[in-house]
Amino acid sequence: MIIAERKPMEEIKGFVADKKKVCVIGCRGCVTVCNAGGTKEVEVLASLLRLDSSKNDSPLQVDEFTLERQCDPEYIDEVSHLMDKRYDAILSMACSIGPQFLSRRYPAERVYPVLNTCFLGGALAHGIWAEHCQACGNCIIHKFGGLCPISRCSKSLLNGPCGGSSGGKCEVSKEIDCVWQLIVEKILQEGKMDDFMKIDLVKDWRSSRDGGPRKIVRQELLK
Amino acid sequence: MSGNLKTQSNLEKILTSGNFAVTGELGPPRSARKSDVTEKAKHLVGNVDSVNVTDNQTAVVRMSSLAASLIAQQNGLEANMQMVCRDRNRIAMQSDILGAAALGINNLLILSGDHQTFGDHPEAKNVYDLDSINLIRALKNMRDEGRLMSGQEIPEDGRPKLFIGAAYNPFADPEDYRVIRAAKKVEAGVDFMQSQCIYDMARFRKFMAKAVEMGLTEKCYFLAGVTPLKSLGMAKYMKNNVPGITMPDSYIERLKGVAKDKQAEEGIKMASEQIQEFKEMKGISGVHLMLVEWEHMVPTIVKEAKLVPRPQL
Repeated sequence: MIIAERKPMEEIKGFVADKKKVCVIGCRGCVTVCNAGGTKEVEVLASLLRLDSSKNDSPLQVDEFTLERQCDPEYIDEVSHLMDKRYDAILSMACSIGPQFLSRRYPAERVYPVLNTCFLGGALAHGIWAEHCQACGNCIIHKFGGLCPISRCSKSLLNGPCGGSSGGKCEVSKEIDCVWQLIVEKILQEGKMDDFMKIDLVKDWRSSRDGGPRKIVRQELLK
Repeated sequence: MSGNLKTQSNLEKILTSGNFAVTGELGPPRSARKSDVTEKAKHLVGNVDSVNVTDNQTAVVRMSSLAASLIAQQNGLEANMQMVCRDRNRIAMQSDILGAAALGINNLLILSGDHQTFGDHPEAKNVYDLDSINLIRALKNMRDEGRLMSGQEIPEDGRPKLFIGAAYNPFADPEDYRVIRAAKKVEAGVDFMQSQCIYDMARFRKFMAKAVEMGLTEKCYFLAGVTPLKSLGMAKYMKNNVPGITMPDSYIERLKGVAKDKQAEEGIKMASEQIQEFKEMKGISGVHLMLVEWEHMVPTIVKEAKLVPRPQL
């Protein structure tokens, strides 16, 4: 899923500094699962903004709404009753796709992103998420013991590990596991080192972002 | 490794003729001051067969390795131009390879490159389009098959005749895999390899025995990396702070037993003893002296280790 986290409060307060009425819109997709922008987080942010402005002469009015998904026009339509300049700002609490879809559908509104979209990942434990995919568009993890060197090696090496791998950790930070250490351990365990001597082909980055913004068209689904 | 030379490289001539090679290292300045390169070059001329010119080492912006290599060559050295995969994509790397060869560079040493978080521009975007093994193979194809990575043919008289180098690190992890990674570089087509600074001789001997057993030293020249310790402080720093370097306690103990003003001298002596062992070690074809910002000591160490005069071939 997409892992996101809320922007620092100071930055969000900057968005609403000159506003009187704002609406925080959450999303029940990925950002609900990673506890960044679901109903609960919308409620918390709205309360924090209200509390912060309570000492002002004219406290900020903060309304709340959470959509099923913000990356789908069908659901974006559901908030049309909140638009038409009823608010000075719409604070989208989704990954960056949400505020883009809201802006496109409601071009007159001022939409702000209140989450930072961080990476494609999964939960290692409650409260810990880690990057596992870079959406390169051509999955090759089966060649690497089921681990992704593109997203999980700091240098995206296809023939790692580099000389900076030490004690199972990446040279960039002790907080980062060297994925190549894990790949090599797995390959040694499986006794497949001979396969590993083959030099992996050069990556074709066209399927990744390097080929320009990507789009998928599924003819059979078009109406 | 036959007697047919692949390039005009002096280093290749030295190694192919069976002489024990000596390479040095020269870090370009963080400015456009040419004299910084020529000053360092003075200490190296006549004392090494070829000098590595680093490519934005530790991800700190410096004069380009190509420019500094050329200046080094104009001042009596043979350059071993380094190229890292961090800052350029395959288009820029192939282009620089053609340019370097056209300007008379004979050796190219390929590295992954330190991650930019170490350097003076941690905000930079990195590239890593190719890894070092991919680039070794690409360069070999350019030189020997006359093909760019696109398949585009390079005319016979326009192929980059570069002696291909790489690094090997017996001290990084996972230990068992390090020799296999070196084997992958040999398989990719590397002609010579230089190691990280060696202190842990036991682990190095083990690594080399395996490399010899796998036949790697028959296909590629292995040079042993030597960095003399300047002081006890440097030894302690390297032990605790430099990833990929293992520093045995015996080094620390030996320097502890020496007065502070004599430690540099002792460091040179220790390095010289190591070099004597490398001269005898099976599979080792030379040494790579890394005296970064200590270039003026190169004449001392080559004399102490009886590496001069260098053969003129």
